[in-house]
Amino acid sequence: GMAAAALLLLLVAGPGPGRTSAGREQRDALREELLLSPLPTGDVAATFQFRTRWDADLQRGAVSHYRLFPKALGRLVAALGVRELHLALTQGFWRTRVWGQPPLQAPAGAELWVWFQPTVTDVDKAWKELSNILSGIFCASLNFIDSTNTVTPTASFKPLGLANGTDHHLLRYAVLPREVVCTENLTPWKKLLPCGSKAGLAVLLKAERLFHSSYHSQAVHIRPVCRDASCLAVSWELRQTLTVVFDVFSSGQGKKDWSLFKMFSRTLTDSCPLASQSTVYVDISPKNKEKELLEVTPPPTSVHEAIVQGDKKTYAVYDLLSPSLFNTSRSLNVQLKWKRPQDSSEMPVPVLHAQRYVGGYGLQTGEICTLIYNTHPYRAFPVLLLETVPWYLRLYVHTLTIITKGKENKPSYIHYQPAQDRRRPHLLEMLIQLPANSVTKITIQFERALLKWTEYPPDPNHGFYVGSSVLSALVPSVIAMKDVDMEQSPLFTSLFPSSDGSSYFVRLYTEPLLVNLPTPDFSMPYNVICLTCTVVAVCYGSFYNLLTRTFHVEEPSRGGLAKRLANVIRKLRGVPLL
Amino acid sequence: QVQLVVPVAVVFSPGSVPGDLPRPLPFRDVQEMEISVNLRSSVTSRYEMLFRGTTAQEEAALAAVTAREVDAALRPLQDSSMGSLTMYVVPETSSLLPQGISVYVGKHRSALVRAGRSLAALHPRLRQVTQMMSFTATSIAAALSDRVPNGQLSPDARRYLKSSLGYEITFSLLNPDPKSHAVDWDIEGAVNRYVRPVVDKLSLVANFSVDSQILYYAVLGVTPRYDKESSSFLLSAHSLPHVINPVEARLGSSAASLYPVLNFLLYVPERSHSPLYIQDKDGAPVSTNAFHSPRWGGIMVYNVEAPASPQASLPLHVDVDMARVMEVFLAQLRLLFGLSREELPPEFLLESPGNEGLADWELDHLLWAHTVENIATVSTTLTSLAQLLDKIGNIVIKDDVASEVYQAVASVQSAVSKLAMGHLHSAFQASKEAVTSSERAFFDPSLLHLLYFPDDQKFAIYIPLFLPMAVPILLSLAKIVRETRQRKKEPTKMD
Repeated sequence: GMAAAALLLLLVAGPGPGRTSAGREQRDALREELLLSPLPTGDVAATFQFRTRWDADLQRGAVSHYRLFPKALGRLVAALGVRELHLALTQGFWRTRVWGQPPLQAPAGAELWVWFQPTVTDVDKAWKELSNILSGIFCASLNFIDSTNTVTPTASFKPLGLANGTDHHLLRYAVLPREVVCTENLTPWKKLLPCGSKAGLAVLLKAERLFHSSYHSQAVHIRPVCRDASCLAVSWELRQTLTVVFDVFSSGQGKKDWSLFKMFSRTLTDSCPLASQSTVYVDISPKNKEKELLEVTPPPTSVHEAIVQGDKKTYAVYDLLSPSLFNTSRSLNVQLKWKRPQDSSEMPVPVLHAQRYVGGYGLQTGEICTLIYNTHPYRAFPVLLLETVPWYLRLYVHTLTIITKGKENKPSYIHYQPAQDRRRPHLLEMLIQLPANSVTKITIQFERALLKWTEYPPDPNHGFYVGSSVLSALVPSVIAMKDVDMEQSPLFTSLFPSSDGSSYFVRLYTEPLLVNLPTPDFSMPYNVICLTCTVVAVCYGSFYNLLTRTFHVEEPSRGGLAKRLANVIRKLRGVPLL
Repeated sequence: QVQLVVPVAVVFSPGSVPGDLPRPLPFRDVQEMEISVNLRSSVTSRYEMLFRGTTAQEEAALAAVTAREVDAALRPLQDSSMGSLTMYVVPETSSLLPQGISVYVGKHRSALVRAGRSLAALHPRLRQVTQMMSFTATSIAAALSDRVPNGQLSPDARRYLKSSLGYEITFSLLNPDPKSHAVDWDIEGAVNRYVRPVVDKLSLVANFSVDSQILYYAVLGVTPRYDKESSSFLLSAHSLPHVINPVEARLGSSAASLYPVLNFLLYVPERSHSPLYIQDKDGAPVSTNAFHSPRWGGIMVYNVEAPASPQASLPLHVDVDMARVMEVFLAQLRLLFGLSREELPPEFLLESPGNEGLADWELDHLLWAHTVENIATVSTTLTSLAQLLDKIGNIVIKDDVASEVYQAVASVQSAVSKLAMGHLHSAFQASKEAVTSSERAFFDPSLLHLLYFPDDQKFAIYIPLFLPMAVPILLSLAKIVRETRQRKKEPTKMD
């Protein structure tokens, strides 16, 4: 059997029904959350999550009356037979080694993966149509998704919501590493929120601050979930998430203190009136067993402890719906102060992290090297690696070597789909066992192909991107975890839930690669035309002159400048002229 | 040349046969009318009239007491094919029609007409009814509005929706102030009760999809003016054009389909701006508190009554009275399709279409206009395709594009011939097929204009050749000119 199949066992527990208004019960509910977590480097990560749950079956097509769920996305899901949709647009790279595990993972650029319903007959056509429509909705270049960058992974991406079967032919996955994310992508994303950016946590989403940051990632996840514990009916869940990392250390004159106003240049004044939950969490987990290094103001509504991704976390919780919060002051400006300067020398290294680079020299061959680190002191665990390489890098599969601690490491599962020129990319999936406290080096050599001159993108000398490789793993926890109620813990945990108490799911993306391809001088044809034309024109000109000019003997002229000058001098001297 | 043929049966009930009939009943007659569109083209309408007496069954049906009962009883006896009409002429003194009413138009494809004193008096009345029930010169002109010179078009003509294979109807509830108003609308029930029957009836014309959404914090683009006298806020008619744009950004485009969208917005003004009333051009409040935008949709302002006690807890719960709202929206929908029932002569009485929202003859009216418009669209599309081919000589027409063009031409020819035979429904179907094929041919990606390298740019590349080569030629030309001038001057010197 495939160990991978067990990787994503799902536990989906639904929240209670939405807040009921005075009239009939609403079948949809909105929950907004913000998690502020100081990172070991002194940066601050802010993760927003807006969850809209709708107790209706979008698939039947009968539903057409929308309230909190955005109509544009609802119609898309119904019209194209989408079962699950995950779209992430990211600017920058999450530095796992120094920042720790990201709460919500995304590769640099645009990532889209979609599970279609089994009723969809032509998945490729639906995929093409879907990417075009999404490109219109989010103003992103998702329309560049075609067969040359789309793959169908067999094990790495399992449905995150309710699913009857996992026939991977219904899955499509594509990454556009070159995509630049900016304001024009944020505005349509904000427009999908029921309160827009007019009320609630979304008032903090000011584009000029969000893009003045080290990392920005916005995502949309749509999936079917169980309506209640008995799971007899389906609800649809839309998660809009946004992660941004602010470099407060350098912008705060070397201090790591921060406040909402400093980061977003706004403060919170109210919750979205449509939300049934509106919470701000601040990660105040004590580091190095030293207590009370930091101080948050104003005092939080409550303090929540949880084990998240194998780490014990303490959160200060601000419930915006509780009336006491805005009693004392009209706005909430969460501030965090360090009581004494913290020595940042010791940073906890995450259990799983990875690194990737291109090796080799010259423009003919090269090598992709991936280093995967397992820093767990005593537990080995398997990791699923997914590589998609464009067709113009021709992989030599026989050169694939996986070396751990000086010995060859045989993967227990390999799925390789070779590329076809101009039709599909390479797809390589491997399940590799990572021994405890080890570094695994995976190398594969490639040859660079020559492209047709029309196939080069604008600015080809910038290089060609190779999308991030994806690592999926159930990482064993260093500390024992209790089975916690998913709904109680903040934000992200319920999207990738842990399967049992002893391990947690991690998906990591490596750096995208930038590879130079042999690039012709595109001005060359024009230069050649210019040069030849000039030569031809010069030859033509002289022949023309030769053929058309009439020659006749010239009478001796009256002299040039020298003679005239001499005459002037002679006149002055009174001597006869020449 | 398009000819629209309408089969009309004129049935004289006993006692209504006028004395000046040219021939004994039954007999046939043809009336032609020319509708000129612009200087070059015109549409001929041809009413093929069959004058006859009643059958025994019709006589029995006409014996009913009220016009409505007659209409219902006559239904199974008529020619029910689309586009055909039946006029029942009743005696001038008949009590079927109320006092002062001389024409009663039923729910289906028939009308009751008072006989008048003579056939000459009956004829203009008949013409008026048949035109109203099929098409008028203005409805055809509106359908061909792209070809009609600007000045000759009535302002209403630009209001009607263009013919399309489908329409999307979107109802949006705008709640700019969710903190004060928790607005609830039973849109699902209202759509099923009021909109669905109309849309089902219209499904012959096009595909319809109906959906709704609620938008929070969506505000109008203009700040209403406060009126002290009535302590209310006023939106004047001239500011209405500025209302729609900011709202439209929130409405969301229909990314999943290419059909035009009909937007109907219900706006619940924020607490600080209520009550809000729309004023017409003369400054009087509009009774429906709604307005429509041509080819776009309609907006209705729905005021929430202020709570009795100022201490009432917010948000205020509001249940929208959907019957009131849908009455306005359906009227706007009819208006957008050019099915307005206003501007009738006083002696006309129209049977209300009842639950279906649309009488059979109104559907025919729509089909006539859309068929003519489709034919015009196809001819425009194919003409511009031909122009494109003329302009770019080396364009490649693939076989599938060519077959779409042939298909479009064949369909449009069949539509024209079906119209000339009076088969409205099949003509409409053929015109729809023609539109589909012609659009598919025209928008084929292989015909993208930019794919073809323009000739002037080719010339630009060879400028380095042409320019140096031109220099000696031009110089010698100049020399020749100079020499000829010299030569001309010399003889005068000799003199």
